[in-house]
Amino acid sequence: MKNPDSDQLDQFIDATAGLLDLPIELAWKKAVKGHLEVTLRLAASFAEFPLPDEAEPAPVFVA
Amino acid sequence: MSATAIAGDTLTRIARLNPAINAFTAILKERALAKAQAIDQTRAQGGPLGPLAGVPFAAKNLFDIAGLPTLAGSKINRERAPATRDASAVRRLEAADAVLVGALNIGEYAYDFTGENVHDGDCRNPHDLSRMSGGSSSGAAAAVAGGLVPLSLGSDTNGSIRVPSSFCGIFGLKPTYGRLSRAGTFPFVASLDHVGPLARCARDLALAYDAMQGGDTDDPVCADRPVEMVTPVLDTGAAGLRIALAGGHFRAGVFPEVRTAIARVAAALGIKAEIELPEARRARAAAYVITASEGAALHLDRLRQRARDLDPAVRDRLIAGAMIPAALVAKAQKFRRWYRARVLEIFEHWDAIVAPATPCSAPALGQQTFVLDKVEMALRPNIGVYTQPISFIGLPVVAAPVPVDPLPVAVQIIAAPWREDIALRIARALEQTGVVAAPCPAHT
Repeated sequence: MKNPDSDQLDQFIDATAGLLDLPIELAWKKAVKGHLEVTLRLAASFAEFPLPDEAEPAPVFVA
Repeated sequence: MSATAIAGDTLTRIARLNPAINAFTAILKERALAKAQAIDQTRAQGGPLGPLAGVPFAAKNLFDIAGLPTLAGSKINRERAPATRDASAVRRLEAADAVLVGALNIGEYAYDFTGENVHDGDCRNPHDLSRMSGGSSSGAAAAVAGGLVPLSLGSDTNGSIRVPSSFCGIFGLKPTYGRLSRAGTFPFVASLDHVGPLARCARDLALAYDAMQGGDTDDPVCADRPVEMVTPVLDTGAAGLRIALAGGHFRAGVFPEVRTAIARVAAALGIKAEIELPEARRARAAAYVITASEGAALHLDRLRQRARDLDPAVRDRLIAGAMIPAALVAKAQKFRRWYRARVLEIFEHWDAIVAPATPCSAPALGQQTFVLDKVEMALRPNIGVYTQPISFIGLPVVAAPVPVDPLPVAVQIIAAPWREDIALRIARALEQTGVVAAPCPAHT
């Protein structure tokens, strides 16, 4: 998983906030971006962990 | 001593001590005295009483309490209609004749490890009022540590019982995922939320846990397992149990006081072996991502309409969580099943694993960063590095406090699913050696 550069992240946040109708005030953006960077970095640690296609998710739904 | 006298003393003590600690957000004087008087009447008439008869307790304010809006540490929830019914866990403790005295402070919407709260005021550590209580079950831990109540109810998603238990130096039980009913609690992360008791000794944890066990059709996650009472076997001891220390991820970055605590517990239990939980670092990361995503999804409408009414420290994490690509969350859940299988293989050979609950003792209130494993990082999201890989797969854990300097810290006694008995037996055995104990704050 690629580490997004700073501009990419800004664009992603703006676009996603627009799609989700999430107001983000200018003063909040730096913190939001910082949290997203940390989260994506953590996600990278398991995102490419090899699991077969047949791997089941942990939650099980019973009809 | 009558239940009424105990309730009265408790309410007087809360009135005296709570202003400094700020553990309570509501005190239920009439309700507590009415329940206590009913207990005394039953006793006078020779009627049966529950195993917790007269024991005062309080509940984290994400548990529904009839007649109160369920705050969940927020400003927004003050506008909710009062709960019409108590949460299941509250009802079951009352059915055992415990006496509810109030609702307790929490980190907003449980997305917190510090105990700080911009709306209701910070909860303070009774051992040092300039330090964090830990969270998000901040009031639940501080009220017990400060001697305001002997028993409280908390919740734990990534460490919210174990972290404040560690910082406040008390015992906490995060049971197996699905063991205790979550019905009537304001949620945070459905995949990871647990409820459990906090107390000053292993016996009180066991008594409360036993009183709350049993299936609950109001909670689809609550397992329909038979009640497996722990109190009768609590003094069986730890001899013969196969116990190891968690190494690798759980050793990295621990502060000296935590190293001391682990060493004392290891010596008392005669632990010689150290094992590694495979990919614990990745497990913690996956728990973090699931939490961020599910937490954000829960609060999405509030983020759209009431963002300014949220604690900025919580708001900004939730906004970021709403943006996590779904494929990453799906992968986290698949990794969770893989990790669970690997860890359960370990429990085929070991009965319990001991690990630190927190990297350090309680930081100062307002502290924003700390150095973990030689890297300076944000404090809030990283206090749970040792708790998250365990709650990620719902293992039962007793947090047992070790009185060390400068402040107590807890160890996690981790058992296989549904083996709360083993974790509690070990905690009790450690208490009997004197290595674990809930110290009294110097000023109370």
